[in-house]
Amino acid sequence: MTAMIKVHALQKHFIMHNQGGIRLPVFSDVAFDVSAGEALILHGESGVGKTSLLRILYGNYKPSSGHVLVRHGEDYIDLATATPRAILTVRRKTIRYVSQFLRVIPRVTTLDIVKDPLLARGIDDAMATEKAKDLLSRLNLAERLWHLAPATFSGGEQQRVNIARCFVDPASILLLDEPTASLDAKNRDVVVDLINEARESGAAIIGIFHDEYVRDRVATRRLDLTQFKKAA
Amino acid sequence: MSTIKNRLSVDENAPILTATALTRLYGERVGCRDVSFSLWPGEVLGIVGESGSGKSTLLRCLAGQDRPTSGTIALNFDGVPINLFDISEPMRRQLMRTKWGIVHQNPRDGLRMDVSAGGNIGERLMDRGDRHYGKIRSSALDWLSRVEIETNRVDDYPRQFSGGMQQRLQLARVLVPEPKLVFMDEPTGGLDVSVQARLLDLLRVLVRDLGIAAIIVTHDLAVARLLTDRLMVMKDGAVVEEGLTDQVLDDPHHAYTQLLTSAVLAA
Repeated sequence: MTAMIKVHALQKHFIMHNQGGIRLPVFSDVAFDVSAGEALILHGESGVGKTSLLRILYGNYKPSSGHVLVRHGEDYIDLATATPRAILTVRRKTIRYVSQFLRVIPRVTTLDIVKDPLLARGIDDAMATEKAKDLLSRLNLAERLWHLAPATFSGGEQQRVNIARCFVDPASILLLDEPTASLDAKNRDVVVDLINEARESGAAIIGIFHDEYVRDRVATRRLDLTQFKKAA
Repeated sequence: MSTIKNRLSVDENAPILTATALTRLYGERVGCRDVSFSLWPGEVLGIVGESGSGKSTLLRCLAGQDRPTSGTIALNFDGVPINLFDISEPMRRQLMRTKWGIVHQNPRDGLRMDVSAGGNIGERLMDRGDRHYGKIRSSALDWLSRVEIETNRVDDYPRQFSGGMQQRLQLARVLVPEPKLVFMDEPTGGLDVSVQARLLDLLRVLVRDLGIAAIIVTHDLAVARLLTDRLMVMKDGAVVEEGLTDQVLDDPHHAYTQLLTSAVLAA
């Protein structure tokens, strides 16, 4: 199988310059590959660096050292050294990230948020709208909410908007940080199906799931980050 | 490992603006020093820093309003490279009228207060060479609605408008000639929060739809996060950190950036 992400000798620490220059180690010597069609679930106690790792894989945190090679088209791009413009292109075409929280933009409607990744890739508006509506229906988000900005939505509703935005145009690498955390059982199952469908059609998935039920249904492989903590 | 690339094909396109070692001194005092960067078409760059950090000085130099003490600004419109301060004053003015626009913090600095709203927009089209009154008028009406000003206000004067409306009118005046490059100095500066949100969303949509490159100076990190792709953080006239906007804000490395990002009150 084609490796979609190759992590090599990855190390991360934070230096807090305004708190006496204290050095906070996160992990070191992290190494793994994830291939197309795999779902790697990150394990370990709170504070072990699961979210930090996911953020590094998205280019949101900078590695302190090491390499994160992402397969983008026919090439591998190293996120540790890539230019901001290169990272933005990788995000537009290759990587999607679902965080636990939706970053709401004032006045932008639910439908526009979900359509956005399709429009950014040049899909025409009618097609984008249709796909967005299909997915919002599948996630049981009431139709009366589609033309509202999600600022006033419940946590579960916002989370479904976030998920719809990711799966409306599943990229070849999906990074999922607790996407089912605030969902009821029915919607949780829809998300599990969406993840598995994306994986079966060739996406590489790296995720954090605290819910054992979801983990068992999604994981093809697990990685415990505790081993990388000690060395840090 | 031979296939690893850190530059994508898109990077091979020419930047629209390249600043090299820009320095502006006022006698002994440093306005900005040794600033270098490139800006590509369609890209939005934010410059943040506290008052006196040199961000407005830098913007004035970039926009051709102030001559740097040393350094160069290379521009590339339509494949013709020019050096901003090597060309004649009339040529520079011609460029400023047609290829770029400046959105001032105070709309009064960017609008003609004694000219109607429609005139403020139409004037820019006439600068560009448009002469057909009917077309200019309909274009002015179209732009008023794009910036969410009711078209029956077309003959009113800017002084009859609220601050938020004046700022939106200024935006229309700047964008109507379809500039390739726009400079904005604290575009949401004097506005109420609710009015800011409306202007920000408008800016975001217009910049994306028109595919223009923009440089936005702001002290508001939330504005920077919403509108910009890349960020430069300035302190004492120098750039202390730069990179992808969300990376600089979420994983700041320089002491000053850490101070800035931790000083924000979460709303």
